[in-house]
Amino acid sequence: MNKPNLTVDIAGLRLKNPVLTASGTFGFGSEYAPFVDLNRLGGIVVKGLTLEPRLGNPPPRMVETPAGILNSIGLQNPGVDCFLAEHLPFLRQFATPVIANIAGNSLQEYVAVAEKLTGASGIAALEVNISCPNVKRGGLQFGADPSAAAQVTRAVKKATTLPVIVKLSPNVTSIGEVARAVAEAGADALSLINTLAGMTIDIRRRRPALGNITGGLSGPAIRPVAVRAVWEVYQAVKLPIIGMGGIVCAADALEFIMAGARAVAVGTANFLNPGATMEILSGIERFLEENEIGDINELVGIAHE
Amino acid sequence: MKHFPAVEVIRQEMVAPDCYRLHLFAPEISASAKPGQFLHIRITPGLEPLLRRPFSVHAADRQKGEVAVLYRVVGRGTRLLAEKKKGETLDVMGPLGRGFTLPAPGQKAALVAGGIGIAPLFFLLQTLAGLKNSVHVLLGARVAKELLLIREIGAYKPSLMVATDDGSRGRRGPVTELLRELLAERKADRVYACGPTAMLKTVAALLQKHGVDGELSLEERMGCGVGACLSCVCKTSSKDGTSFAYRRVCLEGPVFPARDVIW
Repeated sequence: MNKPNLTVDIAGLRLKNPVLTASGTFGFGSEYAPFVDLNRLGGIVVKGLTLEPRLGNPPPRMVETPAGILNSIGLQNPGVDCFLAEHLPFLRQFATPVIANIAGNSLQEYVAVAEKLTGASGIAALEVNISCPNVKRGGLQFGADPSAAAQVTRAVKKATTLPVIVKLSPNVTSIGEVARAVAEAGADALSLINTLAGMTIDIRRRRPALGNITGGLSGPAIRPVAVRAVWEVYQAVKLPIIGMGGIVCAADALEFIMAGARAVAVGTANFLNPGATMEILSGIERFLEENEIGDINELVGIAHE
Repeated sequence: MKHFPAVEVIRQEMVAPDCYRLHLFAPEISASAKPGQFLHIRITPGLEPLLRRPFSVHAADRQKGEVAVLYRVVGRGTRLLAEKKKGETLDVMGPLGRGFTLPAPGQKAALVAGGIGIAPLFFLLQTLAGLKNSVHVLLGARVAKELLLIREIGAYKPSLMVATDDGSRGRRGPVTELLRELLAERKADRVYACGPTAMLKTVAALLQKHGVDGELSLEERMGCGVGACLSCVCKTSSKDGTSFAYRRVCLEGPVFPARDVIW
């Protein structure tokens, strides 16, 4: 039997395989270059970018929870100009699409960041972060409300010629409703889910464990929540979905694909195992071969049939 | 590559109550590790605990291809690590991070360790033994039985001074009192410190007062260990000195110039 087809199409963006890195867990790629062959990734989604540099939240920024981690980084990043000048040139060496995650305090900031990235060579798509739970502004204020989410989507779409992927939050009453709103506003694809809002108390200090008090939960603990979200959004809209939330092995990734995701992103698992993306990729390939499936696309949403 | 999924445990020894030294067979790490760098160890292939744990390189034997880490059992991860036996394997990333800057020829070095803080400084001491610098080791702990590796430190023939909180051995009081005197007598040109935050803060203040350069090995909860997740940051002065920046302990540290850290 021939090698199965692993290429997938996300809003006109052709990925050589469906395994991406999740924003915020893979830096700007160079950090993991000693551990992962960046050429073999389906795509690299970089750390969230804002117009100006951001300091981020005070530490502690991470606590371990059962089968998960709670983080409150707060979008620390050097700003879009520094990314373009100092980090993007490194990423251009690889035959892997770079997806830039963008965030902003205001509609205008999203637009300004999108415009700067659109002119740059080496950016394949934008992922619009309207779902960060760790910043006062520029996160959930847009993602929690369908009409605000649609407004950001429309503004970014107008500002760029790149495919626009909107990253949705699970911290909403109906993720399907937000998905419908951003689809109508012109989104080309969706990524889901961002982290779940949560907190822990350090009982020894009698204070919240995180410097920012609350944080976003990720890791295997949230996987069933994420699979359910993908399932619901797949039924709500026709857009391609990038699924994520606690994927640590190929079987996890296949769950998301069968629920309706055309690609998957690996986040927290990179911290446990820097080779996680590569193992997931070869595991998916092996699964297709063993089950005599010629094309990964045959499995997308198959659980709905 | 710096990722070794199956590093063999050579032996594990208890060096004090709740303190263990783990010897690993890792020739590549042993050959390249510098004092102050760390290993990021996945203690279990399962999901509990989920994250790796960072440990300073405590010693390296290049001939045997071995490295050691020294740790205190403080939680689930270290408790599981203490159960590892000869012949078992661990998933290790490393050596990672930025280590100590060695003293210039002729500079007098002082190593200040609080409790388990001797872990990276012992490797520095080993390395300094091959140089001609004079070396002071100031070792502090709460009580005498928690003073770690005194005999082994002595074998490198540094000028060794000891302090305990209860006075059960050496000077009664914090180890930083010994440093205060050493600096006042101008017996140290370059200081290296690792230990509890309160101790490091005092060390930094003493260094500033006396205009002596020094480096601190910091500890922070880590995610990735390679600079990608921005979890393990510490507050440092910005390059132009007008404001501050959060720098990554895993990548830009764990060793920082004492004057850069904002407390």
